[in-house]
Amino acid sequence: MEAEKVREGGFEIGLGLEVVFPTPGQIMQRRMLAHKGFLIGGVVFILVVLMALFAAQISPHDPYRQDLAQRMIPPIWQAEGTWNHPLGTDSLGRDYLSRLFYGCRISLLIGFTCMLIALVIGTVLGLTAGYFGGKVDLAVSFLITVRLALPAVLVAIAVVALIGGSMKVVIIVLGCLIWDRFAVVLRSSTQQIRSMDYVSAAKAAGCSVPWIMIREIMPNLLNNLVVVATLEIGRAILLEAALSFLGMGVMPPTPSWGLMISEGKEFMLFDPYLITIPGVALFILVLGMNLLGDGLRDVTAPEGRT
Amino acid sequence: MSPLLEVRGLNVDLPLAAGVLHAVREVSFSLEKGETLSLVGESGCGKSMTALAMMDLLPPGAVRRAERLTFEDRDLAKAAESKMAALRGARMAMIFQEPMTSLDPCYTIGNQLEEALLVHRRVSRREARNRAVFLLEKVGITAASSRLKQYPHQLSGGLRQRVMIAMGLMCGPAMIIADEPTTALDVTIQAQILALLASVQKEFEMGMILITHDLGVVARVADRLAVMYCGMVVETGTVKEVFERPLHPYTRGLMDCIPVPGKSLKGRKLGSIPGMVPTPIGELTGCPFRNRCSRARGECAGSGIGLKELSPGRAYRCLLSPQDCLAGRV
Amino acid sequence: MLTYAFKRIALAVLVAVTVSMVSFMLIRMSGDPAIALAGENASPKEVEFVRQQYGFDRPLVIQYLEWAQRTLKGDLGESPYFKQPVRDIIKTRIGVTMTLGLAALCFAVVLSIPLGVLAAVRPNTWLDRLALSISVMGQAMPSFWFGLIMIIVFGVMLRWLPISGSETPAHFVMPTIALGYYAAPAFMRLTRSGMLEVLASDHIRTARAKGLRWGRILFKHALRNAIIPVVSLAAVQLGFMLGGSIVIESVFALHGIGYLAWVSIGRSDLPVVQAIVLLLSLIYVLLTFLSDLLNAFLDPRIRVK
Repeated sequence: MEAEKVREGGFEIGLGLEVVFPTPGQIMQRRMLAHKGFLIGGVVFILVVLMALFAAQISPHDPYRQDLAQRMIPPIWQAEGTWNHPLGTDSLGRDYLSRLFYGCRISLLIGFTCMLIALVIGTVLGLTAGYFGGKVDLAVSFLITVRLALPAVLVAIAVVALIGGSMKVVIIVLGCLIWDRFAVVLRSSTQQIRSMDYVSAAKAAGCSVPWIMIREIMPNLLNNLVVVATLEIGRAILLEAALSFLGMGVMPPTPSWGLMISEGKEFMLFDPYLITIPGVALFILVLGMNLLGDGLRDVTAPEGRT
Repeated sequence: MSPLLEVRGLNVDLPLAAGVLHAVREVSFSLEKGETLSLVGESGCGKSMTALAMMDLLPPGAVRRAERLTFEDRDLAKAAESKMAALRGARMAMIFQEPMTSLDPCYTIGNQLEEALLVHRRVSRREARNRAVFLLEKVGITAASSRLKQYPHQLSGGLRQRVMIAMGLMCGPAMIIADEPTTALDVTIQAQILALLASVQKEFEMGMILITHDLGVVARVADRLAVMYCGMVVETGTVKEVFERPLHPYTRGLMDCIPVPGKSLKGRKLGSIPGMVPTPIGELTGCPFRNRCSRARGECAGSGIGLKELSPGRAYRCLLSPQDCLAGRV
Repeated sequence: MLTYAFKRIALAVLVAVTVSMVSFMLIRMSGDPAIALAGENASPKEVEFVRQQYGFDRPLVIQYLEWAQRTLKGDLGESPYFKQPVRDIIKTRIGVTMTLGLAALCFAVVLSIPLGVLAAVRPNTWLDRLALSISVMGQAMPSFWFGLIMIIVFGVMLRWLPISGSETPAHFVMPTIALGYYAAPAFMRLTRSGMLEVLASDHIRTARAKGLRWGRILFKHALRNAIIPVVSLAAVQLGFMLGGSIVIESVFALHGIGYLAWVSIGRSDLPVVQAIVLLLSLIYVLLTFLSDLLNAFLDPRIRVK
């Protein structure tokens, strides 16, 4: 019986049979291509990024330009729609399609930078808590509990109300509020890995503490980190949308999707497209990010699949 | 008198991504009332799967085929799940290997013992409790009535295994299957549990199938044994017959591995069987042991090497004649 | 067990105190409350007057300590807008929020646990995939938008439900769904994974070997074990829902404390905002404490020595 020698690695176990193993990279690649959620999420993410990057090129109009003669035109699939404004215009005559594209920029920008701030804060806290344990861990756990006990949306609104709304303020405030998941995940991952043998081996060989943290622990935490990061981008986007909807986020005339919903609210009974279009956009983007994050988790560690 | 359990041509297949895993291949044996049959073999030889197949507790996706599978003259091969559920616990009981995790941590011992009886018989709670106390004492647990209120995590491994045995006996079954009942226990406890199993079997006149990889256990407790390798039965016989004159090269190899107190090993290496077990995935033709057998010939790769029966219950699966078998090592 | 409870209560109090400090500092430092209170068009003299009257000119720490001292006595201050004690204002409105929160929790639990059990019993089938898809989609929808869509469909087009206010139970239907659906996926996944794990465990195999039928196995043995982490999660999720009710309450014009906080922020009514933040964090901390207790109580391995 001839066995196909497909890839490197394998051994002979008698009766003319051979067992061959694919490499870890090939395994991951295969899993990625087979995972529908991951693929869909990836495609959505790439599309939105492209839309954001080339918003200026692909938008038919200036998203800020008001034209009161052209206000409240419905989208193309309704009777009075025109191809000049495929997704219609809002109450100030601004083209909805262009605002949608530029809104990609806002959502991605805010989502990404919030996530980065939260990542830095949460990772530092989580790593130190997980690695040092003891009193440091107690202190960080206490901080995490305090953060979770704070009604985040409320506090964010209060701060923004007092300082004044703008993209910068929203990013900083949200970033400083949503680091909890990073801290929790990093802390437990570090704890698990710290107790594993190869860290003890590194310690025994005399490696210093920061060295151990960077070289031995970090690469294994990167998996978890990337998964949490993608999911947190979605969370940040939804939070910013909620804040802007309440009037406590970015200020008009910025084309934030949440703001567009808030502006369209008063007309929603007769012209629901004003809120459905940005809402669907938010839904698709966050869905894509969540699928991507879940897919990454499944692909890098399918045993942990929930 | 028909046997308590009769198995002929049992096959268990597990479809996997890599192919079909033939866990059990054409296995046949029978069990009489009151006797202990031991299924012996190394890990992965299919002995546990055989036991699960009889109770129809196979993992989802597994396919069971049998030419004949009868228990107490009932046909089990095509029995519906409701019929099997009525038999499990009531007429046939099974004890598993890991006492530490085999009991539900959220309910008391008493609750789980009584449940074993109450689902099958219409008796009052009090009667069930009395039976539980009776059986706990039978398995050697003192202060039985207070034990009933305890939770599994409050008992040691040995005690939990005794509880498992008591639980298996609640309905007075005709057959008990013990899957490596002592492997997870301390050596000192092992002997006690084995003696307990032997005594309850005798007292309640049950048939017992004892699954193990430990030939020492077999020698102590079993009447007959069936040696399994790679999903197939390769030798059967009474314990005396097989231990005194092992025929199949695999059995002989196993016996060779055991150091015998008194027999001088000076200058001699402890026996071992070279090579590895072939994969159970995919089709297998010929003798599964031939890649490790010092006596393998060309014909061993051919098909249709059946069990040769020397006398009722004594059989082996090899092309060599009994004299040639015995002329080898050991 | 008792010392454990005491320790947890002490920790809870410490957390609440820290939260109150943090929110106090944040709010006081974010801007000049005197200006906010006096209004945009106030003259510098008026602003100064407000500042002195409310004591904003004193050191921050002193302000906090005074507030803390009063709060411990039960005096939450007076609202400059309502000209009433804050405690009374909150008391009249907290019922709405608690009702909403509990109803949303029940909705999420009732929706997700059966789905989770079904998905675990039939893993990798269309049912399982459907349940997971619903859960993934649920977590991507902005709750305020979902609320608005429901208003359009059920409130206006179909006219089945009222769209604002809180007089009748019917008024709570849409807000409950809008608040609760976001938590449902977490429960569903936790139930599903818990059930999958338990169903693969040895004691389920023992139950089958005893001859128990699947119905009894699922509910008596599997769910009982799998539900323990879900119950703990439920307590914590209730805390989040109460904190996040501000968005839903404003969409549906429900006059609970979320809505109160929202309008008070707009009016710079700081005592009210302060009190609500403290209250919400206290509730959250108590709920986590309750969740730990439930966990310990439901698991005999923790409850009995």
